[in-house]
Amino acid sequence: MAQAIAFYFIAACILGFAVLVVSTKDTVHSVLFLVLDFLFVAALYVLLGAEFLAAIQVLVYAGGIVVLYLFVVMLVNLKRPPEAHSDPHRRTMLGFLLAAAVMVEVGAIAVYGFSQPAMVAVPGAATPVTGNTAQIGWLLYTSYLIPFEIASMLLLVAMIGAIVLAKREL
Amino acid sequence: MIDTLVIPLLKIVIVLNATLVSVTYMVLLERKVIAWAQSRLGPMRVGPYGILQPVADAVKLMIKEDITPVRADKWVFTAAPIISMVPALIVYAVIPFGPEVRLFGRQVTLYITDINVGLLYIVSVASVGVYGIILAGYASNSKYPLLASLRASAQLISYEVAVTLTLVSVIMMAGSLSMVSIVRAQESSHMWYAFAQPLAFVIFFIGGLAETNRAPFDMPEAEQELTGGFHTEYSGMRFALFFLAEYANMIVVSSVATTLFLGGWLRPFPNVAFLSFLDFVPSWTWFLAKSFVFLYIFIWVRATLPRYRYDQLMRLGWKVLIPLAIANLVVTGIIKVILL
Repeated sequence: MAQAIAFYFIAACILGFAVLVVSTKDTVHSVLFLVLDFLFVAALYVLLGAEFLAAIQVLVYAGGIVVLYLFVVMLVNLKRPPEAHSDPHRRTMLGFLLAAAVMVEVGAIAVYGFSQPAMVAVPGAATPVTGNTAQIGWLLYTSYLIPFEIASMLLLVAMIGAIVLAKREL
Repeated sequence: MIDTLVIPLLKIVIVLNATLVSVTYMVLLERKVIAWAQSRLGPMRVGPYGILQPVADAVKLMIKEDITPVRADKWVFTAAPIISMVPALIVYAVIPFGPEVRLFGRQVTLYITDINVGLLYIVSVASVGVYGIILAGYASNSKYPLLASLRASAQLISYEVAVTLTLVSVIMMAGSLSMVSIVRAQESSHMWYAFAQPLAFVIFFIGGLAETNRAPFDMPEAEQELTGGFHTEYSGMRFALFFLAEYANMIVVSSVATTLFLGGWLRPFPNVAFLSFLDFVPSWTWFLAKSFVFLYIFIWVRATLPRYRYDQLMRLGWKVLIPLAIANLVVTGIIKVILL
């Protein structure tokens, strides 16, 4: 019961802040709501018993990436004149179409989910280690080794790309 | 009921109050030590040898006028000091001041909680503290605070990398992220990690100076260039919150350094039976004494070293500390594999 109340409260906060992120006029405020959103997602992870993921969520997203967003937003002057709102290139129709597609998708998942019998939690592969963090490490280096390596490869590519862009005459 | 609610609440109240009191006395200690370093007397008027100076300071800061600049971003301006202060305080939840002790016929642990991602929790909470500084500079709508906050955040992000890398090598040694287990691991390996990981220890301490914006890395507060730093536009109690957060962070860094590198609450040479007469000293005293040594070094460094230039600071962070930390990590890994 208490878990359900906590879940719905956190979920409501996540959705509310997500709406505020896109609806706020001031860009810096929008980034701040994004931080709050990430913190509540971390709270959701704690509720699910994934403390390691929660700490990493706060460290990487709330504490790392969004700080860089803030840098960009603060250094680039985003205060446009009001006529910017009547942007001729704005694809309002496309936006509505995409939103509708996502809504249909979510609805389909919900309907499908309710029509299926309740899922029984499948016990994961037995790991020889105990503890939240150790199990994640074990799984990353055994069952999910290739996805893990591909993800790190992608990050390396992004890093090299940034260096090449920044230092053309290296 | 008593074990799940009353005792944790009591511990929280005690730790928070002790922290805030020690923060105010840290300010006095700093003024005194720097005064002695410069052949002055320091505060002498309020109470004998100025020991009541923190009370006078607190009263002064509380009754000062609280000014919000007209063009400031009001909400963010109000939130920034709170965002600085809160992470500095909630970190104390996982710092172990001692092991279990018997108190009034009840087993009581001398830490608020021991979560299995303790060290990661500290790092991630500390990374949120950066927002207080960035937002204070931005919301003031004034150029010097903005410049100072940009510098500060660049500095904090850079040194966070080096500090976190040193923490990883300690975690590899201890095989756990829990603060209590790290102390226990040092007890069972008969060695403080300051000796097993000397390089990590030095990098952690330098990074700690930078993370708390202390001299010689007190760039964000360089008075000659930036008038007062990111809190130039703040006054009264809001300014005091930034001030308290800085000192609370110093205590956090000292406590973490004590736990990770100096064996936390363990007495010196915990495995030498010859020294077991030292056991009559309560364990938390060792913890506080070791942390105090770090705090003193913080002040000592400030009284001794001149401030780094901004580009030198960035070069030191990215081109010296981070490569050294990575090399240390690799060597630790190799040694660990060979020895196992």
